[in-house]
Amino acid sequence: MSEAMIRVRDVHKSYVRGRQQVEVLHGLTLDIPNGDFVALMGPSGSGKTTLLNLVGGLDRPTSGQIEVAGVRIDQLGSGQLARWRARNVGFVFQFYNLMPVLTAERNVELPLLLTGLSAAQRRKSVAVALEVVGLTDRARHKPKELSGGQEQRVAIARALVSDPTVLICDEPTGDLDRRTADEILGLLQVLNREHGKTIVMVTHDPKAAEFARRTLHLEKGQLLEQAA
Amino acid sequence: MLKQTIAMTALGLRSVPERWGPSLVIIVGLAGVVAVFTALLAMAEGFRSTLESAGRADVALVLRGGSSAELNSGLSRDQGEIIKQAPGVLTGPDGRPLASAEMIVIAELFKTGEQTGSNITVRGVEPAAFALRPQLRIVEGRGFQPGLRELIVGKGITGQFQGVAIGETLRMRGSDWTVVGSFQSGDAYESELWTDVEVAQTTFNRRGYSSVRLALDGAAGLQTVTDGLAADPRVNVDVETEQQYYSGQTRQFRATIGILAGVVTAIMALGATFAALNTMYAAVGARTREIATLRALGFGGTPVVLSVMIESLLLALAGGVVGAVLAFVLFNNMAVSTLGSNFTQVVFRFAVTPELVQRGLVIALAIGMVGGLLPAVRAARLPVTAALRAA
Ligand SMILES: Nc1ncnc2c1ncn2[C@@H]1O[C@H](COP(=O)(O)OP(=O)(O)OP(=O)(O)O)[C@@H](O)[C@H]1O
Ligand SMILES: [Mg+2]
Repeated sequence: MSEAMIRVRDVHKSYVRGRQQVEVLHGLTLDIPNGDFVALMGPSGSGKTTLLNLVGGLDRPTSGQIEVAGVRIDQLGSGQLARWRARNVGFVFQFYNLMPVLTAERNVELPLLLTGLSAAQRRKSVAVALEVVGLTDRARHKPKELSGGQEQRVAIARALVSDPTVLICDEPTGDLDRRTADEILGLLQVLNREHGKTIVMVTHDPKAAEFARRTLHLEKGQLLEQAA
Repeated sequence: MLKQTIAMTALGLRSVPERWGPSLVIIVGLAGVVAVFTALLAMAEGFRSTLESAGRADVALVLRGGSSAELNSGLSRDQGEIIKQAPGVLTGPDGRPLASAEMIVIAELFKTGEQTGSNITVRGVEPAAFALRPQLRIVEGRGFQPGLRELIVGKGITGQFQGVAIGETLRMRGSDWTVVGSFQSGDAYESELWTDVEVAQTTFNRRGYSSVRLALDGAAGLQTVTDGLAADPRVNVDVETEQQYYSGQTRQFRATIGILAGVVTAIMALGATFAALNTMYAAVGARTREIATLRALGFGGTPVVLSVMIESLLLALAGGVVGAVLAFVLFNNMAVSTLGSNFTQVVFRFAVTPELVQRGLVIALAIGMVGGLLPAVRAARLPVTAALRAA
């Protein structure tokens, strides 16, 4: 494994709950190479979302190092982290998290507002992203007028549009039926295989995990054996 | 940063229709504050401009020494003559000093449809009184005839009181008077009844005057008159310009209204501030997931603060404008009569001036600012991961 895209070294993460401190991740170490598609599985409360948030730069570890694309993100301040996220990570959430008042194309455009792109350039990128997820004809629809699968496609287009290196997906199919879930997973697979995106995806669904290149199991804040 | 703020503000504003209830609280609350504030000060302003415009700077008002108001003052007939002859007074076309010795009495008049009476000033004047008040015009009927029990009625009284229409006979203090005209002057005289001073003296059985008005000869006139009369042992008088007199008469009332407006506005503003806080906390709460998602995408904390503040300010401004319009529509030019400091009715109109509207809007914006700040900071401080989880 030449260059790891994501390098997690001895990461501890604890939360303060009430008066006591609860450690969720106990010295976790993990390498994810460039172009990998990792499914992260494990029982509820095992710390999957916590790990994902750390890798995606939404939160910082209590101790340990996290390097993504050569940047020690555990050392960034919150403002720097926000800018780093805007350039390097695309997020896909279980409940899509689209802005209900915006059309699909406006939702997809949001991350581009953080760049210096002109309106024309933004329009072009949005069109490309919507085409990748196959929703060109729904560009002017609001989330309410879309199916769950379509909403998630819009969310994926939003995650893609600024061409980030890493996609972070927390149970992206958790709210979808089997067929729609398979479509979304197939889409993620295409993004990984054809567009070279490194994807880390949390899922409870073994069938979903089959779409990934490999599956990691997290239990009580520690990784189990790595399946090929 | 600007783009982020605009995008976030637009998102917030576009979701306002989904939170009309709480948003209306801000608008209605601030409309109330601004309307009340503007109305109270419009009243003070109307009162001030009515009474102050009555006063001329080139006319001296002479009262008995120590009497702060015309009603408390009394001068004998002889003193009246001496005062008119003071140095520094302009000479009229008839070769006599341009001066009017006047007498006022209070009469009880009844408002249309009311049983309780109101005190109205009846002013007996000399012919020069009209030259001393060029702003006064007979607008209906004619002037009174000297020597007859005839009255002219100020516009502020016509229409509000019984028995003051032209041709009607008005009974005052046991005597009957004929109303022959009405006049307009745009100031406090409009709330008076005027007649010939000699007739008033005989009818009401008074021998002296209340005051003497003198046309001043130039800028130094006031000083000359003051010095001249001070040197005369036969009279003991206070001399000031008519303008100074009226401004002094209203000072107390204006101060009272100013304090009242301040206190009422402060109390209402406090309530409105809490309402605004409440609304904006609710707004931020309803948008927790939205804001957290934007933060996850890389939007900064400052645009969050700014967008919440802008939303709060815009709602406050909307409320302020509604309040100002309300105050204007309901109160501007509304005629009211109130007790002047000399216990006579003064009719004046609310004046909703641009300055008042501006002050009201500034208050509204200040409240919007305070109401938006804390919720805005809370929205920006909320940890993204916790907010995403909560959703
Ligand atoms: N902000 C927080 N404050 C306190 N405790 C937290 C916080 N976030 C997570 N936890 C706790 O950390 C543990 C791991 O949570 P996490 O969300 O990472 O689990 P998960 O594997 O994603 O679970 P699920 O499959 O249900 O999504 C849980 O016990 C959770 O209650
Ligand atoms: Mg989770």
